[in-house]
Amino acid sequence: MDSLRIPILKIGDILIASIQVALHDASAVQFKDDLLQKVHDTRAKGVIIDLTAVDVVDSFIGRLIADIAAMAGLMGTRVVLTGLQPAVAITLVELGLELPRVLTALNLEKGLIVMQRLTEESGDAAV
Amino acid sequence: MLQSKTAVIRSDLDIVIARTMARDSAKLLGFGAIDQARIATAVSELARNIFLYAGTGTVTVREVEKPGRKGIEIVCEDQGPGIANIDVVMQDGYSTSRGMGMGLPGAKRLMDDFSIRSQEGVGTTITCRKWRT
Repeated sequence: MDSLRIPILKIGDILIASIQVALHDASAVQFKDDLLQKVHDTRAKGVIIDLTAVDVVDSFIGRLIADIAAMAGLMGTRVVLTGLQPAVAITLVELGLELPRVLTALNLEKGLIVMQRLTEESGDAAV
Repeated sequence: MLQSKTAVIRSDLDIVIARTMARDSAKLLGFGAIDQARIATAVSELARNIFLYAGTGTVTVREVEKPGRKGIEIVCEDQGPGIANIDVVMQDGYSTSRGMGMGLPGAKRLMDDFSIRSQEGVGTTITCRKWRT
């Protein structure tokens, strides 16, 4: 069956994906593939994944987010996770998934500031 | 008394249906937002285990009571291969699949009471409860 596609928007050098629906496993995996392909196609310097509208992150989705951050990192792109609800943050830690290597910001606005700083730091020296 | 509800797990879509059902029931029973998320996440883990290891099974949600307290009970049943060594699967990080091994111990931490009955070749029943504070 067709899985649901999460829209990925490009603003300047940054990709933004806001997850607005309850992800089932297949659509989450599809999202990972779509996002990494789009990073490659657009040469984005950063990716923001906004979870403001997500009310459950279980171990499968948590691991997938950690994987996306690691994979994008290998491609030279930073990932910032934004908008985690308090209940989601609590359940993730209680579940044992603290995502220590994933950068986070309180909301999309702060995420953009973090991303700006990161992409400036890495500079254009490598280009 | 809230009527008990059952979701049949056959695909990954049913995992979302089961956890939504559990969250809705928890909300109706007066659980707050954080406990709703704990209960929904625990059901997500347990329903995924059914899907991954047994293929099919059921998740039933019902209201429970003990003197002075009300709560929610989740029963996950399958006729899958069963669990040979329950102590081992309850260890953090133990996994036989593509998971992180967080499923069972994670679900246990999110709930108040947690018990597993399993027989190899017969199936597994996991019963867990969360009490309203």
